[in-house]
Amino acid sequence: MRPDLAAIVHWVPQGARVLDLGCGDGSLLRSLWQEREAPGYGVEIDDDSVLACVANDVNVLQVDLESGLSLFADGSFDCVILSETLQTIHRTEFLMREMLRVGREVIVSFPNFGHWRARLQVVLGHMPVSETLPYEWYETPNVHHCTVADFEDLCRRLGVRIRERLVLHEGKPVTHLPNLLGSLAVYRCTAH
Amino acid sequence: MNAPDTNLGFVVAQTAHFDAPLRLKSGAEIPAFELAYETYGELNAAKSNAVLVCHALNASHHVAGRYEDEKDSVGWWDNLVGPGKPLDTRRFFVVGSNYLGSCFGSTGPASVNPASGKPWGADFPVVTVEDWVEAQARLADRLGIERFAAVIGGSLGAMQALQWTLSYPERVRHALVIAAAARLSPQNIAFNEVARQAIMTDPDFHGGHYYERGVVPTRGLRIARMIGHITYLSGEAMTEKFGRLMRRGAPGFDFDIDFEIESYLRYQGDKFSTYFDANTYLRITKALDYFDPAADFGGDLRRALARAQAAFLVVSFKSDWRFPPARSREIVRALLDNRRIVSYLEIDAPGGHDAFLLEDERYHSALRSYFSNIEL
Repeated sequence: MRPDLAAIVHWVPQGARVLDLGCGDGSLLRSLWQEREAPGYGVEIDDDSVLACVANDVNVLQVDLESGLSLFADGSFDCVILSETLQTIHRTEFLMREMLRVGREVIVSFPNFGHWRARLQVVLGHMPVSETLPYEWYETPNVHHCTVADFEDLCRRLGVRIRERLVLHEGKPVTHLPNLLGSLAVYRCTAH
Repeated sequence: MNAPDTNLGFVVAQTAHFDAPLRLKSGAEIPAFELAYETYGELNAAKSNAVLVCHALNASHHVAGRYEDEKDSVGWWDNLVGPGKPLDTRRFFVVGSNYLGSCFGSTGPASVNPASGKPWGADFPVVTVEDWVEAQARLADRLGIERFAAVIGGSLGAMQALQWTLSYPERVRHALVIAAAARLSPQNIAFNEVARQAIMTDPDFHGGHYYERGVVPTRGLRIARMIGHITYLSGEAMTEKFGRLMRRGAPGFDFDIDFEIESYLRYQGDKFSTYFDANTYLRITKALDYFDPAADFGGDLRRALARAQAAFLVVSFKSDWRFPPARSREIVRALLDNRRIVSYLEIDAPGGHDAFLLEDERYHSALRSYFSNIEL
């Protein structure tokens, strides 16, 4: 399992109602159901992923995240998850607000653009390509890269309270200089 | 050798007779009635594998397979239902049920009214989706089906599937609601009213009592069907299929058929007027117009769907402008508000409203997976 997903499963309380945005083939939701008995729904736009969810017997809703979470009532989930999808969203602020509207708690993971290898590649004159940033600039679905520091700035600006943070590199936690040494960040946040 | 035109082979329609009177939503009563149906596959010992297929406006209980004595009689959803098909008749016992008021073998306006000994005609009551579900529930009782593994339908059939989950929540495990709307928009109703006016103003309509005069309001039916067809196809599908192709290669400067689309509409209208009953058409469009489960709850669909217990698969098609995806999302939203199990697919297929009848790979693959995950 992807290291950020393991952290997410660990953070989701037993029996929590979960909404997984950009849920891919639904494997996180399946693990959450198996390990946490957490019932949930996935949101996904890609046809193949949606079909995979149906095949995996995971509840999936084929809607575009960019148009918001209008299908969901205020506070209808214990946990809203956005794993490695933040960087693909155009209306980032809007979606963060929407997530905090429908969920009591929000879990976000993203590749850290501040990792030293990414910085080095930029210094050497190229867009970064790495394990967590696996795309060439001309084919990437990512539109809004950010660093650990950037994300925390956004949280401050939106009045979002960070409850927990886990920064990883090659699957291992990074505690020293996380914005430089971590390649993947996972946050657990609430509105206040 | 020719490839078989159906995997199910020859099928036979059956009729169930019910003697107990049926009280309708309008308050009227049908003293006794018949319901035409077909079944495919075998009901298992636990009676846990039954799937009810509800049909839309102009179709019938002849869902799949072919009649032995009739060429070109392949069922309307044969691409979905059969051995090895997405709704696999090796695993499921599939029931195709006609609705009350139909002209395909069930009791309807053309049937004999026992009170008068003459065809019901205009006196046949206006029936509703709720009434149809009541009648189908009696058929389920007759077949020994206490609980359906699934009820599936597209368009008006989807309304029946939805109504099943409300009228008999405990009798439906899964509802597949395809190309649906929880109620018609004023625009939908407007199209229906034009269709009805076309029929009722036909000089051969005779206020609905045309059977005894030996005539059929074919002109009205023909126009009603042409209007319907315009709303079933997307603009894109029409352009792709017909473009501005001209029948005679150049304008005729007269009122014969110029464009291929005119030819298509006339052909569909003519065909329809030879087999469909005008009184049935009037009643079906009314059933569509009246369907609105939220009406009893001050328009609140969330409260209306609170009774449903089934797991839902809701499917819409992006090019459907008759019941566009936003209408399906209303149903999904109401189900989510009630914390029901639901998946929703929005298929980017070009076929318009009729897409639910077509064989889109994503659509059929989703239904195949969904059905195969239903535990028996």
